Amino acid sequence: MLKIFLGKLLNLIPTLIGISILSFILIRLVPGDPVLLLLGERGADPAVYAEMQKSLGLDLPIHQQYFNFVYNVFHGDLGQSIISKRPVATEFFDRFPATLELGFTALLFAFTCGIPIGIFAAVKRNSFWDYFLMGGSLLGYSMPIFWWGLVLILIFSVQLGLTPVAGRMSVLFEVETWSGFLLIDSLKQEVIAEDGFEPFLSALKHLILPSIAMGTIPLAVMARMTRSSMLEVLGEDYIRTAKAKGLSEYHVITRHALRNALIPIITVAGLMFGSIITGAILTETIFSWPGIGKWLVASINARDYPVIQGGVLFIATMIVLINAIVDVLYIYANPKLRT
Amino acid sequence: MAYKPDRGLIIEFFKELKKNKGAVAGLCLILFFSIVALFASVLAPHSPSELFDNALRLPPIFSEAGTTKFLLGTDDVGRDMLSRLIHGAQVSMLIGLSVVFLAMITGTILGLVAGFYGGLADKMIMRVIDIIMALPSILLAIVVVSVLGPGLENAVIAVSIVAIPGFTRVVRASVMSEKEKDYVQASKSLGASNLRTMLREILPNCMAPLIVQGTLGFSDGILNAAALGFLGLGAQAPTPEWGIMLSDSRAFIESSPWMVTLPGLCILIVVLAFNVFGDGLRDALDPRLKGQG
Repeated sequence: MLKIFLGKLLNLIPTLIGISILSFILIRLVPGDPVLLLLGERGADPAVYAEMQKSLGLDLPIHQQYFNFVYNVFHGDLGQSIISKRPVATEFFDRFPATLELGFTALLFAFTCGIPIGIFAAVKRNSFWDYFLMGGSLLGYSMPIFWWGLVLILIFSVQLGLTPVAGRMSVLFEVETWSGFLLIDSLKQEVIAEDGFEPFLSALKHLILPSIAMGTIPLAVMARMTRSSMLEVLGEDYIRTAKAKGLSEYHVITRHALRNALIPIITVAGLMFGSIITGAILTETIFSWPGIGKWLVASINARDYPVIQGGVLFIATMIVLINAIVDVLYIYANPKLRT
Repeated sequence: MAYKPDRGLIIEFFKELKKNKGAVAGLCLILFFSIVALFASVLAPHSPSELFDNALRLPPIFSEAGTTKFLLGTDDVGRDMLSRLIHGAQVSMLIGLSVVFLAMITGTILGLVAGFYGGLADKMIMRVIDIIMALPSILLAIVVVSVLGPGLENAVIAVSIVAIPGFTRVVRASVMSEKEKDYVQASKSLGASNLRTMLREILPNCMAPLIVQGTLGFSDGILNAAALGFLGLGAQAPTPEWGIMLSDSRAFIESSPWMVTLPGLCILIVVLAFNVFGDGLRDALDPRLKGQG
């Protein structure tokens, strides 16, 4: 087991080096001089220019620059945002909890709806409900979420007036950040003592539409995945045995079939982190959600390259690591693969 | 002795496909949008860029204030929605076609080389593919666009790069299973060059998964390019592209909802059509999957 784990870890190294090279050359591929970009239009004074070039290490040979870049990354230094003049790493971690909170609720929505839909469709295989639900999930899978978010706003905010249009919480409340998750922070005693449960409800209401928009594609994937996984398990001998023992259908499905069907489903779930980020970029732009997705889009429009570089490095590394962990857990959960 | 598609197999395939009503419906929709795209300038009642000053934000025909002159209403500067949507179909179908073309060629070459030669070539190619796949599709596309600069062509390049890994993996997997088979060994022992063996013997036998991947790549390409357009990184303003039509009309979501709903609906229908058709194709081409997925 340890050997497998170490092997996986060793395998990661070239990929991580590749990612670091990619984000390193990114800023150098951009047309134009990075020094001028950082100094702005008026940075033409040769003395200032040379000083800036030196302070950025851009006068060194390229491989030296790369090693400096990697050294800095390992010391938590990802450079400075051109716009805010704050360290990229700080900016990133300021916004990351907002994206995580939205991601968690979106996945929660996807699981709690997707898995039952998939089970139901598998049990009622080839019935009207099967076709209806699977047609629906194909529709969800094809959904342009930047449009879906707007349609949700149109129905629930504009027409029905049920949910807020943008942001994480009503501006009436101020909640001190502690965990960064507003659903948790707003339940702290000081907050409840001052405003009661209003801030919590406000945060919850703000989460509903973005979570649905972001969770729709994962929901569709989960439903399709659960259905095919369940169908495979339902054809196994031990299911027939369980039925022959006279167990109720409910018992057979929940205790015998679902447990085994869940293994591939959980793997897929672990690999959904990437689609969360994709979803975050679009969903956060629509709902003005102050997370990393909106931040990255704004940085691109403002040509804030250190931010893009840092964001790409962070996100790609995180995805590679999460995928590796899911891989190892999968092997751990499935003894057949432990060779 | 090169592989020739068997006529009987093709008929068999269409019989199989016809059983899947969804796939047939998807195919019909694809044909419909292709015809609309091909004859856009004939079918559109007005020019997509013509401004009607006296008809700003006119609602579609099914609302009370709608007129027959503008069947689907007009936008905020008085352009005919229907004409813009029709020309948008042309833009989107062209995007899908270019993305699939670029990604399929690049991805197939990489997959053939990786699968056929194995060893170091395989390791290096798959490492690059791993890195591409480590980045979420939209983020990677955004990164590419931020380097190349916004615009329709650059968005197509970006979305194509995102689509390459799918093709490479599919081709590599089937090359690896095909290359040990007798007919490949026979061709090699007859003295066929590696290039000939790859292109004439192995590639035709990888076609089925490649076609499925191509169909699904079409929908991903259209969806991702529209998302880039929506973020302001793809097609630029006067182009009647559905993604940018959507983002331009966001401010009017309350007063003129049709401006937001119609372009998005078009994206959804086209993407859905390709996905349904691709699903049906996969089931028809790969009998092992029948009744599953």
